[in-house]
Amino acid sequence: MQTLFKLGFTHVTLQTGRGQVKPPDHPGGEGCPSLTCFGLKNSILEDIQAADLVISHAGAGSILDALGCGKKVLVVVNEELMGNHQTELAEALAKEGYLHFCGVSSLLLSLQTMHFSNLTPFPPGEPEKFAAHLDQVLGFS
Amino acid sequence: MFIVLTSLAVAGVVLLFTLMYLLSQRRKVVKRDKSRDAVSMLAVMGSGGHTREMLSLVNSLGAHYSPRYFVIAETDKMSEHKIKETETSNSEIIYIPRSREVKQSYLTSILSTMRAVVFSVPVVFHLKPDVILTNGPGTCIPVCFAGLMLRITGLHHTTVVYVESFCRVESLSLSGKLLYYLIDDFFVQWPQLKEKYPRAKYIGRLF
Repeated sequence: MQTLFKLGFTHVTLQTGRGQVKPPDHPGGEGCPSLTCFGLKNSILEDIQAADLVISHAGAGSILDALGCGKKVLVVVNEELMGNHQTELAEALAKEGYLHFCGVSSLLLSLQTMHFSNLTPFPPGEPEKFAAHLDQVLGFS
Repeated sequence: MFIVLTSLAVAGVVLLFTLMYLLSQRRKVVKRDKSRDAVSMLAVMGSGGHTREMLSLVNSLGAHYSPRYFVIAETDKMSEHKIKETETSNSEIIYIPRSREVKQSYLTSILSTMRAVVFSVPVVFHLKPDVILTNGPGTCIPVCFAGLMLRITGLHHTTVVYVESFCRVESLSLSGKLLYYLIDDFFVQWPQLKEKYPRAKYIGRLF
């Protein structure tokens, strides 16, 4: 939290999901950003839109939501799953320069040393290409 | 136990014959009845990221895809909420039992998948969708299988379309591997997958 404050972040919104640990909300001050915390919501898009930086787990849905909103993204992967297909997506997207990723143990160091300004903007997907293809297959075009 | 083993054996034999038949018939494409100006669509939703991807595909389709049926696992409240946010008057949600919960053991997975098959086949045979869309959640296997059965039996010409999830970069999901040889419209989201699986189609990132 102190590192985030030093980097200029004044507020942290934390989603703990189904996790056991739920830190209490904190008003901030004394070198720390303020903190609000919640478990599960039907949609966290509003929270993503309000953020400058999204620190996310490696789930495809969360990554796509954050990149889709044009946010700077740091994906934190569980090192035990490294090389597993669950971290494949984060690794591939990091290779293309769309996001940064790191392991749980190197999160602090990554925050201190990574440059988020050199990330490539993520182009939106093109579902209309799929629609055009399907129309053709079904004889609509 | 004997009954379970027997039914597994019967299911296995039926599956084998179906696969052989499908592989021999793969290239025979019967075109849609052109006199109709709309097609019914059935989308198999997974949880989380799968649902998100599927909704963006479904929302890109024209109004002539009607009615729209969304199949979701009965315990999946999150998908239900997301579908209801975007659904229109011509869409309907259909609940089926889950094939497999995350981390479920292999043996009980077989039994719960069979339960899902028993439930899915009548649903699909009743709805007779023109198109089945899926992106690979466990729930999709029995539904796609039922769709292919409709075609084999000549009851309805159902086109099954598979779009592998964006999170599969280097390898196909289990559902993808099972359906790869059976489905003509099989899409992947990364060019490196297309290289490994030449039957797959890559037309850029869709989500």
